[in-house]
Amino acid sequence: MTSLMGHPSGQTVGYSFSQPTAAPVKEHSFYPYTDNGGSTLGITGSDFAILAGDTRSTSGYSINSRMVPKVFKIGGDDETGKGAHILLSVVGFAADGNALKERLDAVVKMYKYQHGKSMSVTACAQRLSTILYGKRFFPYYVHVILAGLDEEGKGALYSYDPVGSYEREECRAAGAASSLIMPFLDNQVKFKNQYVPGSGEGHALQPKKAEPLPRETVEQLVRDAFTSAVERHIEVGDNLQMMIITRDGIEEIFHPLKKD
Amino acid sequence: MNHFPEAWGRPRDDVYGAYNSTYLQTSGPKAHTTSPAVTGTSVLGVKFKGGVVLATDNLASYGSLARFTDVKRLRVFGGKAVVGFGGDVSDMQYIDRLLESIDIRENYSSHGNMLNAKNLHTYLAKVFYKRRSEFNPLWNHILVAGFDADDQPFLSSADLLGTTFSSPHLATGFGAHLAVPILRRKFPDERGIETISREEAIEALKECLKVLFYRDARSLDKYSIAVITQEGIDLREDEQIEGQSWAFAETIRGYGSQTS
Amino acid sequence: MPGFDFSNYNRNAALHARGVPLPKATSTGTTIVGCIYDNGVVIAADTRATSGPIVADKNCEKLHYISPKIWCAGAGTAADTEFTTALISSNVELHSLSTGRDPRVITCMTMLKQHLFRYQGHIGAYLVVAGADPTGVSLFTVHAHGSTDKLPYVTMGSGSLAAMSVFETMWRPNLDREGAVALCSEAIKAGIFNDLGSGSNVDVCVISKDKPTELLRNYMRPNERGHKERNYRFPKGTTAWLNQKIISKEDMKNYVTIENLSGSDELATGEKMEVDS
Repeated sequence: MTSLMGHPSGQTVGYSFSQPTAAPVKEHSFYPYTDNGGSTLGITGSDFAILAGDTRSTSGYSINSRMVPKVFKIGGDDETGKGAHILLSVVGFAADGNALKERLDAVVKMYKYQHGKSMSVTACAQRLSTILYGKRFFPYYVHVILAGLDEEGKGALYSYDPVGSYEREECRAAGAASSLIMPFLDNQVKFKNQYVPGSGEGHALQPKKAEPLPRETVEQLVRDAFTSAVERHIEVGDNLQMMIITRDGIEEIFHPLKKD
Repeated sequence: MNHFPEAWGRPRDDVYGAYNSTYLQTSGPKAHTTSPAVTGTSVLGVKFKGGVVLATDNLASYGSLARFTDVKRLRVFGGKAVVGFGGDVSDMQYIDRLLESIDIRENYSSHGNMLNAKNLHTYLAKVFYKRRSEFNPLWNHILVAGFDADDQPFLSSADLLGTTFSSPHLATGFGAHLAVPILRRKFPDERGIETISREEAIEALKECLKVLFYRDARSLDKYSIAVITQEGIDLREDEQIEGQSWAFAETIRGYGSQTS
Repeated sequence: MPGFDFSNYNRNAALHARGVPLPKATSTGTTIVGCIYDNGVVIAADTRATSGPIVADKNCEKLHYISPKIWCAGAGTAADTEFTTALISSNVELHSLSTGRDPRVITCMTMLKQHLFRYQGHIGAYLVVAGADPTGVSLFTVHAHGSTDKLPYVTMGSGSLAAMSVFETMWRPNLDREGAVALCSEAIKAGIFNDLGSGSNVDVCVISKDKPTELLRNYMRPNERGHKERNYRFPKGTTAWLNQKIISKEDMKNYVTIENLSGSDELATGEKMEVDS
């Protein structure tokens, strides 16, 4: 006499089919994110925009690679990004960053094929926000900055939070060393906390007015920001990648940084 | 034997005890791999002038048990690329089946298999990223070696989160901590891969495997090594680590005041 | 009440359960190494101290003095390595004075391990102890829980694997002084460049049987600070202020007492401190 599931009970020999198979609710221990470190920054001028980032990729206390660029050309004609007129920097979780970059690149390319004209930076900025918000409850774990030239040919820079809140700005630092670089940028680009000597007494003292800076100055500021960040943040280093967009196109420059 | 075929071949409760069926988990959330079971340790790779070398040991561990000592963790794809697997062995075998079906499909097409190592890496990285986004990761860290579309040596890594990075020398797992420093010292970035010979690259990897055998408790002195060049792939799967030095152990006495 | 008082432990556990974070200590996420040579022993360390991902000190000292011929390299919690080595240094000196003999490395190592074991790992000091004494040359590692090891070459800290990769490929028996210094500094450099917790410079300490100990502070400086391209001096008057008050040197007397001292016999004395009789 044997017993099976659903058979009349009361037998002597059992085959375990009626065992309850409900287990205690298990928690997922898999965490789908990691932090790959690094830092980026962007500054605009009257007729250009610069996006820069270090090229170190980290996990924990290890360096994955000393040469993983964080700044990309978006919507180029081929693999090299030739013909692109939009720049994107991504910092945070590199796999999400890569997925986001490829999606935006595809969107900008599709726009060109469908409308027969290039996507404006303003439109691309809005589209990027939508993409990010589309993953509101499983976000892309990245801090992105978008750069290009606006309809008047002026430098345009848009910075985002991971779920798509965005804003056009003159300068922005993102990533591991953003809290080290941003105050420096506020002071040196927007002249925050700087006043015109002798322009008045007490509250009448005139703040130093921010004007778009020349390209040479901005490049120097970017390099100085990174040589300082490297000194004090362990996840920043190896090389500095700078992309400068002007009406003549995009220029890419690499500089060595400290490797410790 | 009885007339219930469902029970045939099943262990009887009165003989073997009640069957523990909790793992079947018919209610509660769907369970995915939340931790790997049978695992392989490091994968090492280095580029040289005209090719890439990849190496792994032949061990599959079950926790701290050296469970299978003859597991081949290098897989040749399409005669032009090699994938080295670390992490869960069952997930490795699943990916192996994916690669097999792609290879067959490609070969039945009119153009033949045209996927190079770079394409393969892109594909596998996307598989990893998709699975991590479904909270059902493939618990592996892999290296892909071969050539890109311009016939330049290619070496890149991908992991269970979909994170990818590339470097002239790479290692996964324990190798990232022990082997990468050796490779970076032997082949500094300034040297460039053009100055590294095939023999030098192989010797360096053998040295790394030896150090890993000394210090990685989940490693083995039997290994596989694949040399990928334009001429083809030289895969050796039953190699033995040579030239070990344990002489210093003779002089060690205890952990404190012991002298004999 | 005899024995340990763990009431603060319970209080801290209760606070922690209510979401009060533990204070963050400066950790010397570190590479430290040691290696014996034919006539002595060499220890070396990097000089980076970190607080999370931020570099707290770019040129700190991780080689600690115990006695003239016993030195210690410390990894782990900065304060713990500092205070533990200072305490043991004092006790080693008192012991040496009381016995009238030169201190031994094994004594120092035993004092360290017993101290650390008593605190069950809560004192986060990970040490490399090295020195020369009448019994010969010794090299030990001491872990925070109190376990020790005796080996011809050792590494510790977050960069220990990077450093060990150097020893496992380049170490050979019967090194001379120069060989050991070169090997140790190469091991530290592997930590500096491959481990994010380690960085900046290489400090080396050479202890030999018959020569005074040499502390080679910043033996290598492979990470000099990059120069700045712009000048960040602000013109005078850049910073805003709402009011100012100028205190002349004469008015200073209203705020502080000034006493002029002349000879060495004339000591400055403040008000006498009140003490219980």
